[in-house]
Amino acid sequence: MKEKTNIILTGVGGQGVITAANILGKAAVRAKVNVFVSEVHGMAQRGGSVNCTVRMGRVTGPLAASGTADAILSMEPIESLRYIGYSNKNTKIITDITPVIPFTVSVGMEKYPPVDEVFKEIKNYAKLYKVDATKIARDAGAIITKNIVMLGSLAATEVLPFSKDILLETILENVPAKFKEINTKAFEGGFKAIKK
Amino acid sequence: MEIIESKPDETILLLGNEAITRGALEAGVDVATTYPGTPSSEIADTFSYIAKYLSKKSKKPPYYFEYSTNEKVALEVAAAASFSGLRSLTCMKHVGLNVASDAFMTYLYVGTRGGHVIVTADDPSCHSSQNEQDNRYFALFSGSPMLEPTTPQEAKEMTRKAFEISEELHSPILLRTTTRLNHARGAVKLKKPLKPREKGHFEKSPMLVTTPAIARIRHPELLKMLEKAEKISEKSEFNEIIEVGKPKDWGIVASGVAFNYVREAVDDLNLNVRILKLGMTHPLPKKMCKEFLSLCKKIIVVEELEPILENQFKALIFEIGCKVEIYGKSTGHFSRLFEYNPDIVIQALTKIFELKNPIKKPSKPILSLPNRPPALCPGCPHRATYYAAKKAQPKGVVYPTDIGCYTLGREKPLEMADLLLCMGSNAGTACGLAVATDQKVISFMGDSTFFHSGIPPIIDAVHHNHDVVITVLDNRTTAMTGHQPHPGTELDGMGRPAKKIIVEEVVKGCGVEHIEVVDPNKIKETTEAFKRALEFKGPAVVVSKSPCILLENRDKGKRGEDIYVYEIDQEKCRQCKICISRFGCPSFYYAEDGSIHIDDQQCNGCGNCTEVCPFDAIHKKGVRK
Ligand SMILES: Cc1ncc(C[n+]2csc(CCOP(=O)(O)OP(=O)(O)O)c2C)c(N)n1
Ligand code: SF4
Ligand code: SF4
Repeated sequence: MKEKTNIILTGVGGQGVITAANILGKAAVRAKVNVFVSEVHGMAQRGGSVNCTVRMGRVTGPLAASGTADAILSMEPIESLRYIGYSNKNTKIITDITPVIPFTVSVGMEKYPPVDEVFKEIKNYAKLYKVDATKIARDAGAIITKNIVMLGSLAATEVLPFSKDILLETILENVPAKFKEINTKAFEGGFKAIKK
Repeated sequence: MEIIESKPDETILLLGNEAITRGALEAGVDVATTYPGTPSSEIADTFSYIAKYLSKKSKKPPYYFEYSTNEKVALEVAAAASFSGLRSLTCMKHVGLNVASDAFMTYLYVGTRGGHVIVTADDPSCHSSQNEQDNRYFALFSGSPMLEPTTPQEAKEMTRKAFEISEELHSPILLRTTTRLNHARGAVKLKKPLKPREKGHFEKSPMLVTTPAIARIRHPELLKMLEKAEKISEKSEFNEIIEVGKPKDWGIVASGVAFNYVREAVDDLNLNVRILKLGMTHPLPKKMCKEFLSLCKKIIVVEELEPILENQFKALIFEIGCKVEIYGKSTGHFSRLFEYNPDIVIQALTKIFELKNPIKKPSKPILSLPNRPPALCPGCPHRATYYAAKKAQPKGVVYPTDIGCYTLGREKPLEMADLLLCMGSNAGTACGLAVATDQKVISFMGDSTFFHSGIPPIIDAVHHNHDVVITVLDNRTTAMTGHQPHPGTELDGMGRPAKKIIVEEVVKGCGVEHIEVVDPNKIKETTEAFKRALEFKGPAVVVSKSPCILLENRDKGKRGEDIYVYEIDQEKCRQCKICISRFGCPSFYYAEDGSIHIDDQQCNGCGNCTEVCPFDAIHKKGVRK
């Protein structure tokens, strides 16, 4: 097993980035793997860009050095590129393909780059995995399970120091009984999107 | 409710702030008080959450908890509990201790009976603060013992232990954290909570009345307490020397989250060093530090913000008369600004040890990416108030502001914030501007800010008849820090019914003669109210009342009511762009053809844009899905 695993999670406030990071942390505790999670609260949450770090194994703190991410899990295309500084050529960048347009763009102050160019640029730095998490989540039954879809995809890239089952068990333990089926569908959907 | 329902000895994932709450519960805390502020808020919110959860199950919470009016009140309430023999905890953000400092400085003279832990949550890099002051100076300034945790596990242990130290020394004790600890999660091994006491008893003593004569008796006692505290520090399990590899000449001194970066960097760079990890940083374990110095020829001090340890180590070197070289801020290897991270620490260490930096220059995106600055939510009542005020007096008015969601009104297109120092400063600076200039002044503060520190400057305005308009944005919550209750809400922090204080009644009681109470969602009427307030010679107060739309929609959801979204009738829209470029609700967007639309997913259904549009082009579309 690798000595350290660094995962960066990014997205926009309200997309469940912090919840996803929290679930990874809980799964690590369940698997008896040492873990630290770093979150953002406060100002960054009012519609802002959100990033969390999950570090596992022989680590002593929650922040990762540049270029050391094993994976960047992004709920939004440009947010994965924003944190590209954490990547190296082996980093697996798993991103949802649906843009969330910032209001600075909608009111014409700034421009959102063409998504294809965003993906092209990511490929220059790291390994790109595109997931239509929005669609998979909708098909599973609830758009808010998008973060769970992404966790399924992450599990399929084999960077985690614990099994897929531990992650799914942790997810199900943290949702009300009536949502277990939807979340299982979302997770498996995300998993299959990577491991066909 | 893992945090209270897990078994002792279980290991669970906790946020640094939750770990502090758990530590207090394990110590059998009786009274907890706070005024909210990032990054400290979740400590108190967890107390609040647990109390409400237990009450719902008809169980009695094991402690008393309150969101106090401000930090000074929070400290005083808890100090009195401590004088009565109870264990108490007060938490606040770093600048909160400025507010509480008048009580705090003399509290150290008086001392405690029951343990009292005061958490100060510092915010290096100003993630959510108006400054990045280093509150470790408060320990030196006041003579308070201080602990600084590095991980959630340690935060819990230190909080528990802090109560014991506080009781042993009969002194309040600071637990100083930084954002990266407060908002970090880690595995925490639990212990069994102690049973709290039910009630304390206040024993009278002349030593509790700090007249000058008593203060002169107490100050020497404070110095004696510090001598005793130093002995505790020498033996503390939180101070330790860690040997990595085969250390020879080099030592590193580190505390707080900076230690985490050092510990990992030393491994990654294969350094042979001794690390002095300091957890009880005031008073320093001088003997231990001197021993450490005797083992080293060169030391590196790694601490965020001010060179507090570095300067104390310089003094120690001077005292011993040894020749140990110090690397740190004074040699330019570390900065006094902003929080550290692994990159910064690795870079400094590689420079000092003349190694190749293993971190390659991080990639930077070539495409220019649009920013996502925080903004007032769609439907926020503050936007409507600002828009109305701006319409009342378009030019030359100065807008002193304050701290809360409404500070975001500084951004385009509203630009309704010109001056800000701290909580409550809006009205005080408004008075000053009225004295110093002939400019018209409209100031803004939130309701939580009004209760916190906004009332004394209103009294100043009345007494001196300053010609100002002071606005209270009464959204019935402390929104910015996570929607905590305040003295104007119907329920308190434990979820119990509480007497609701009405802003305009307080304002009236202060002697304000011109008071306008408005609903900002009626924009035209609100504009008229601001006009009348501006015309009035002397102090006028506008109370703008409308709940935070996030809370209102949450309540609607609970009651099963629908939220209606709005749309633009493209036939009627004449592209005047007022809705986007003057009002600035973030739900509006331009389609590729330049036409203007409202995003269903974002619209919170306040309906204010219907009043803003001069061509009556905006109307209700239907229920939000
Ligand atoms: C002395 C001090 N304590 C606490 C804070 C943290 N804080 C920032 S804004 C705010 C209050 C916001 O509430 P309110 O004034 O009602 O405005 P709202 O966010 O609801 O619009 C607080 C407590 C601070 N900045 N300074
Ligand atoms: S949280 Fe409430 S008060 Fe704050 S910006 Fe949003 S709507 Fe306005
Ligand atoms: S009704 Fe209009 S102003 Fe209100 S949130 Fe919706 S788009 Fe924004």
